[in-house]
Parts: sequence; C-alpha cells; structure tokens
Amino acid sequence: MMDGYLNIALPKGRLGEKVYSAFEAAGFECPSIKENNRKLIFENPDKKVRYFWVKPSDVAIYVERGAADVGVAGKDILLEYEPDVYELADLKTGICRMCVAAKNDFRDRPSKTLRVATKFSNIAKKYYASTGRDIDIIHLNGSIEIAPILDLSDVIVDIVETGTTLRENDLKVIEEIVPISARLICNKSSFRFKSAQIEKIAENIKVN
Amino acid sequence: MGSLNTEKMVSELCSLFSRYGYDQFNMSKFEEYDLYARNKNFLVSDNIITFTDTNGKLMALKPDVTLSIAKNSRVKPGQTEKVYYYENVYRVSEGSGSFAEIPQLGVECIGDVGSYDILEVMKLAADSLSLLSSDYVLGICHLGIVSSVIESTGIGQGYYGDIYTAVSEKNAHALDALEESSGVSLDAVRFLIRSYGDPKTVISSLRSLSLSGCGDVLCEIEEITSVLEESGHEGKIVLDFSEINDFKYYNGFVFRGYISGIMSGVLSGGQYDQLLLRLGKKDASSIGFAVYLDSLQRLAENDAGYDVDTLLVYEEGTPAGVVCRACAELLKKSESVRAVRTVPDKAVARKTVRIDKCGRII
Repeated sequence: MMDGYLNIALPKGRLGEKVYSAFEAAGFECPSIKENNRKLIFENPDKKVRYFWVKPSDVAIYVERGAADVGVAGKDILLEYEPDVYELADLKTGICRMCVAAKNDFRDRPSKTLRVATKFSNIAKKYYASTGRDIDIIHLNGSIEIAPILDLSDVIVDIVETGTTLRENDLKVIEEIVPISARLICNKSSFRFKSAQIEKIAENIKVN
Repeated sequence: MGSLNTEKMVSELCSLFSRYGYDQFNMSKFEEYDLYARNKNFLVSDNIITFTDTNGKLMALKPDVTLSIAKNSRVKPGQTEKVYYYENVYRVSEGSGSFAEIPQLGVECIGDVGSYDILEVMKLAADSLSLLSSDYVLGICHLGIVSSVIESTGIGQGYYGDIYTAVSEKNAHALDALEESSGVSLDAVRFLIRSYGDPKTVISSLRSLSLSGCGDVLCEIEEITSVLEESGHEGKIVLDFSEINDFKYYNGFVFRGYISGIMSGVLSGGQYDQLLLRLGKKDASSIGFAVYLDSLQRLAENDAGYDVDTLLVYEEGTPAGVVCRACAELLKKSESVRAVRTVPDKAVARKTVRIDKCGRII
C-alpha cells in the first residue's frame, strides 16, 4: 500500500503482544491495537504506522511480498522457508532451541536410515545433510512428539523451550541443532524507500 | 489493459537499448540440457523442462537466456558484443509452483569489457528504471570490496559462505556466533553492513578502512556513481553491499533496481566474468542485467481501475454501421470503447453510454 504508512506484521499471540510493547517504546505506538476486539488491522494516522496480526508462520510471507514493510518472525520460520528479506535485529525474545529428540531409551544405529518426523523439513534435511546421514523425512503439522512413541519415526526435529512437553512424553533431547529467537525482518524494496523509519525501529527496538 | 501497458514498457526499453547500439538477440527455444546441468548454480532453480530430440540428444526448453548468449559469444581484443533480448523462458513459477512461460527482457555486453562498457550497462539499468517510474533506486554493490573486507579479517575460508549470507541479509548479529567459533573479530564486516546509502559518503567512509588493494576499485566506483548521478539520476543511486546476488558467478559490480510500490527488485545484474570462465571463454569479461517483467505487470495494473474506458451499449437490431460510427465518435474522446448488446457481468468501465437504433445517446 503506497500511502506513506509503515506496515508492520506482528505474530498473533504472546510473542506479538510482547513485541508490540517494544515497538511502542521505540516510538511507533498505535493505541487502538489495545482495544479488545477481533480487528486484525490497526492504524495510527499521527505516526503513519499500520499494524496487523498475522499467523506467526505467515509473517515472513507478508514481509517478503511487501504487504508488510517490517515484521517479527522466529528464526525457525526464517530457516525453514528462507524468505528473501533483510534480518535487521535479534530481538532476543521467544528464545528456544531447534533440537533432535527421541524416546528416552533410543539407541541410534548409524547404518540405518533414520526416520525423522518434523514440521521443519528443510531444517531437518539441511542438518542431516551436513552430518552426511541418510534420512527419511516424515512431514507432520502438529503433535510431533507422539511420532516416535507410535514408532512412526525414530526421532523428531522440533522446537524445545523448557523441555517439559518432551519429558512428559518420555522423550529427551539428543542433539541441539540451532538456537532460535524472534528476529526483526524487513522487505528489501521497502528498505530502499523507507530506510529512515526502518532504521529507527532497528536501532531502538528492545524487548524486555 | 494490463498486458498492453507491459508491451508499451517493453517497447520503450528495447528502444532505449537500440539507441545505444545494442542489437536484438534472437534465439531458438531449445538448448542442449547439458549446458544447464553444468551450470545449475547460475540458474534460479534446477527445474528444467526436457525432452529427447529426434537425434537422441537430451534437450531443454530454455530456463535462461544469459547462458546461451555467453556460450555463443566470440571474444576479440578491444571488442564487445552488445545485445538485448526479449524472450520467453520456461521456469517454475513461484506463485503457482508449476512450470510457466515467463517473458524476460535483458541486456548483455560480452567480450573485452572496458570501464566505459561497465558504466554504459549500469546507465542503461538506471535509465530503464527512470522510464518506468520517477520513484526508483539503483542499489550497487562491488564484490571486490566485499571480498577485501572479509579477507582483511583473516578469518578461515570455511566461514566465507556464512559471512556472505550475513552481509546479504544485513544480518550483523549473525556475525557474533561466527566470531565466537572462529576467534576472529568481524568488526570490519559489521562496518561494511552499516555502510550503505549516498555513494560519496559511503566511499569516503570505506577509504577510512584503508583496505589493501581497494584504492583503484573505490576510484572506479566513485567515477561510475558520480557520472550516473550527473546523468539524470541524482539521489537515485545507492551503494549497498547487501546486493551480493551469487558471489560464485558474479564479480565486480552487482546491482539491483527497485521501484517504489513493487515488492522486490525490478531488475538485477552485474559483471559475470566467472560464468564465462566456467564456459571456457578465457580472457572474456561481461556485464548485463535482466528486467523482471512479471513484477512490471504490477506497475501496469496500478494505472487504471477499469477494464475499458467507455462501454457502448446498443439495442438489438441496431444497424452495424450505426454502432461503428458511434464507436468512432466516442474514440475521439475516450481511450477505449467496447460495444456490447448487454452489459457484461464482469467488465468494469469508467463510463457507460447507451444508444438507440439511430445512434442517438439515450
């Protein structure tokens, strides 16, 4: 939208609300966003800023395609979908790890093709390619933890925060792939034409 | 109306290239598959439509034009081949995920490329942008500077790929992990990531780094960017080292053109001597760029909110000659007229005019 507004895509949920407070503190407030309603788009004509709530895994698409100039997405999404965007800052929030997990009694046999259940097929492929291991990827969309329990897979590749979900399902982390956190991303073309505003956000945004 | 405007843009761009003495390059639809198999990294994707020709050879429907032009070029000292092309290529479309015929427009200068040739191609890129819009930016990078900065840190070559990625993403914080694992300071790379914007300012701050072997390159960048700004592109030229593209094929200048309102680069190009070397053309140099016509279509679509300027509705039984004369009359004042007997479900017109059987407006 070419109306001089800065368009910001926020992930729906706890992370998005935390991140909005940081944008507010950086001088990009939009009070109407705090109204308790089901609206998804909020504008502040004084600050010429527009926010929208988006499914977390979709933020990168909005930014890559320019529907949003700027957005906040987890590094897991960026590594999985590899959108062509600038990654301007690590907000150091939403911290977790991308890990390989398996049943507590899992014993790896390196000569076997490892069955890996995951939502993050690209990340899993790249990780195991770097170790030279042959794998069979089973792409699932949710409740990945039950896959090894039902012998659908040998291991899973998934995000781990506290590790509670794994423990409660008698699973453990066997390898850590990469640390994950929320990142500030921006559209490459928007950066050319709105660099002053985008730089101001990148320099001032600090999440508590 | 959208495709008509794209054709008009293409025609204006081709005219621009011809005026600078570039010949139109025509090519056949097919190329031996082997050419693409050996140069997969140069292509956007390795999905290629292939078929076996009557002589048993594996052929491909062309996914790219540059490789064919480069393959067929002949190098003579002091001479260059200057061509432009407007051809269809066959690639997987990002939107649909399946193969599509995609029009591509571009310029190539191959042979013994000199400093004026480099300036000329970059000027054609900037001139192309200004033909398409008044709100544009040409972002320029020089890979010689990027590689000098990385080498100056002394970090092991194994880290180069990750550093290039960090620079292309403006991802300064990714350097923290690389510093930790290599034990080498990457402050110079952080400096590079932060160095973008007005060419004069960026060049003067890069000079303060005193990079070895970069004096001549910085002078070349200075000359080219100042000539570009003086030739009608003041304030539109930006130095930005994130415009790396693919460092395995490109060397020297790499650039990307942006138009406000279009989500991604509208044109991109650079010097690709390394590709020529891979094709066995020793002592050859090259520079060129491609225009992304599918993104230009978005520009054409922005113009009008209607399919046709005037909808002319005539009654059943109206003589053909009456309708014809009414159209001709309306075309004196309208951009386009569509004559119909009933108002169509979907067409949107700026205005609707109805006539009776005698041609009088009712």
